Amino acid sequence: MRHIISILMENEAGALSRVAGLFSARGYNIESLTVAPTEDVTLSRMTLVTRGSEEIIEQITKQLNKLIDVVKLMDLVEGPHVERELMLIKVKTSGAGAREEIMRLAEIFRGNVIDVTPTTYTIELTGNAEKLDAFIVALDKIPIMETVRSGVSAISRGAKALHI
Amino acid sequence: MKLTGAEILTHFLADEGVEHIFGYPGGAVLHIYDALHNQDRLKHILVRHEQAATHAADAYARSTGKPGVVLVTSGPGATNAVTGVATAYMDSIPMVVITGQVPTNLIGNDAFQEVDSVGITRPCVKHNFLVKDVNDLAMVLKKAFYIATTGRPGPVVVDIPKDVTAAVANYKHPKQIEMRSYNPVVKGHPGQIKRAVKMMESAKRPMIYSGGGVILDDASKALTELAHLLGCPVTNTTMGLGGFPASDRQFVGMLGMHGTYEANMAISNCDVMIAIGARFDDRVTGNIEKFAPKAKIIHVDIDPASISKNVKVDVPIVGSVNNVLKAMIKQLKADDFKPDPEVLEKWWSQIEKWRAKQCLKYKTEGESIKPQYAVETLHKVTGGDAFITSDVGQHQMWAAQYYGFDKPRRWINSGGLGTMGFGLPAAMGVQIAHPKAEVACITGEGSIQMNIQELSTCLQYDLPIKIVCLNNGYLGMVRQWQEFFYDNRYAHSYMESLPDFVKLAESYGHVGIQVERMADVEGAMQEAFKLKDRLVFLNILTDPTENVYPMVPAGAGLDEMILI
Repeated sequence: MRHIISILMENEAGALSRVAGLFSARGYNIESLTVAPTEDVTLSRMTLVTRGSEEIIEQITKQLNKLIDVVKLMDLVEGPHVERELMLIKVKTSGAGAREEIMRLAEIFRGNVIDVTPTTYTIELTGNAEKLDAFIVALDKIPIMETVRSGVSAISRGAKALHI
Repeated sequence: MKLTGAEILTHFLADEGVEHIFGYPGGAVLHIYDALHNQDRLKHILVRHEQAATHAADAYARSTGKPGVVLVTSGPGATNAVTGVATAYMDSIPMVVITGQVPTNLIGNDAFQEVDSVGITRPCVKHNFLVKDVNDLAMVLKKAFYIATTGRPGPVVVDIPKDVTAAVANYKHPKQIEMRSYNPVVKGHPGQIKRAVKMMESAKRPMIYSGGGVILDDASKALTELAHLLGCPVTNTTMGLGGFPASDRQFVGMLGMHGTYEANMAISNCDVMIAIGARFDDRVTGNIEKFAPKAKIIHVDIDPASISKNVKVDVPIVGSVNNVLKAMIKQLKADDFKPDPEVLEKWWSQIEKWRAKQCLKYKTEGESIKPQYAVETLHKVTGGDAFITSDVGQHQMWAAQYYGFDKPRRWINSGGLGTMGFGLPAAMGVQIAHPKAEVACITGEGSIQMNIQELSTCLQYDLPIKIVCLNNGYLGMVRQWQEFFYDNRYAHSYMESLPDFVKLAESYGHVGIQVERMADVEGAMQEAFKLKDRLVFLNILTDPTENVYPMVPAGAGLDEMILI
């Protein structure tokens, strides 16, 4: 099953490599991983998407908790949560009617065109992974030059929060 | 007080109560060695190879409970130390390893003797640090000792660039430390402890399985009291030997791959297993599907990640072993618990039947020296009271099976990583911590050659270690597996061109004794231990065909063992 593990950790050099190293050393898989400082710059928040049986996820959370730099963590899948991913996608706009078609699609998906040249558009899109996948499918014959996705960021719904 | 980084290090170590450090100098740590030269509170032991420094410090910690301290230079100094760091990590030994590093402005430049020490050691340390600012040094060192010695102990590496050791900062020994990201749980959950005690009280065939955690937490007294209250059999892992007295009637020996028949059968048939400070290692469980199939399992461990990692348990208790054991004893006493003699008797009569198989019996006819006999004789000659270090292989298992450890911290071996070359430097660490004690290193002709250069260190510091080399001319454990599972194809397990160990010992300035007949073993050992201030190398030529029994083959259950 897919799990989203949110980790609050000390914003120290090497903290990220400790997490990445743990996953490779123990053979766990990482689907995506994002990390950035929180409002308190001494803390980083990492969002890690992984898959595994209940036993493996239990080991993953225990092993992560064992890392000295990890302050607190939470498996967001255990409760209601919201997840979002950001995608920037650059497409060619050369074909007849391509520019209109892309604009229309972007609008349907509530995306924004954030960069324009005579031959390209760059679209910004946020949503869950399925929505971003769906947009790529919808582009159909429009040639994609470049795609960059941020990986999942997620937060629990309601008053529940991961903080110290 | 204004000090250089190097002086901060030496002041800090002494202020922290460190008496001995094991190390080897080099370019990146020259400022530190200069600071060492100018003080007299720390004693530095100069080894001949950095791996030996780590094993010596590790065994110093194992035999005293105090953290071992190592000082090595950058690059090859650090990489040579890695085996010892990994050894300590696998056995949860508190150790602080200071590695020198190239100056901060050269880090990442492929400078001379540069290696990413923090990166290389990351997977085999509890934690590590790179100190980039001299103002952080004292606090980082405090954290290193705190992390190494609390919770589930382990090695911590502190990498210090050369310029940081030269820079000057204010120093005050930090007395207290608090870390928001690291707060090991010490007290067990009272509800869980109650549940566990209930389970013990209603058990018909209870069994205690205890490991290195009991030794590390100095909990053997509490363990022994609990075992006596319950009246149940006790088995120890290789790491846990001495945690419960081997001479106690309730002790059924070691369990696992080379465990006794009675221990493994009791594990396979018990209805309640109390696992204490042990981690269900593959060498202990055999085929995990067949491990303790009838048992409800209580597991006490300071490390939550050790619980339900390999075997799903019924009552997990996270906490310090000593604390939890004491709480259990208190609860049992409050309940006025006395085991039902009839129920217990039934269990014990079954165990005695297994014990009657005498699985550790070995043939003694013939001239060739049986290694088991040599270990038993060592027990006799030392009154069972020596510190025994070992290397890795057959001799290690014979030492574990036949020495009979009655006290904790007397059996010093690399259980988790299985590091050949551990024994001799480990004996150095023990002897330095206990100058008056009898220290013997049980080894083989293969393992001893992996750190033989330390004979020179032993001379320099007058360490009167007794090396008991069970020399069978083979890498015995490899040969045994090749005999059993590879149709006697002895690929590279035969050691041709061995040195003359007697002459070798002599050339290092020690005493060498060759023993070739069964009848001479005891006399030679007595002679060796009479030489109180000399290192003696006993080269005992043992039966080359002897195997370690019993044995649970890989993939088999504990009750499917091969007996002799």
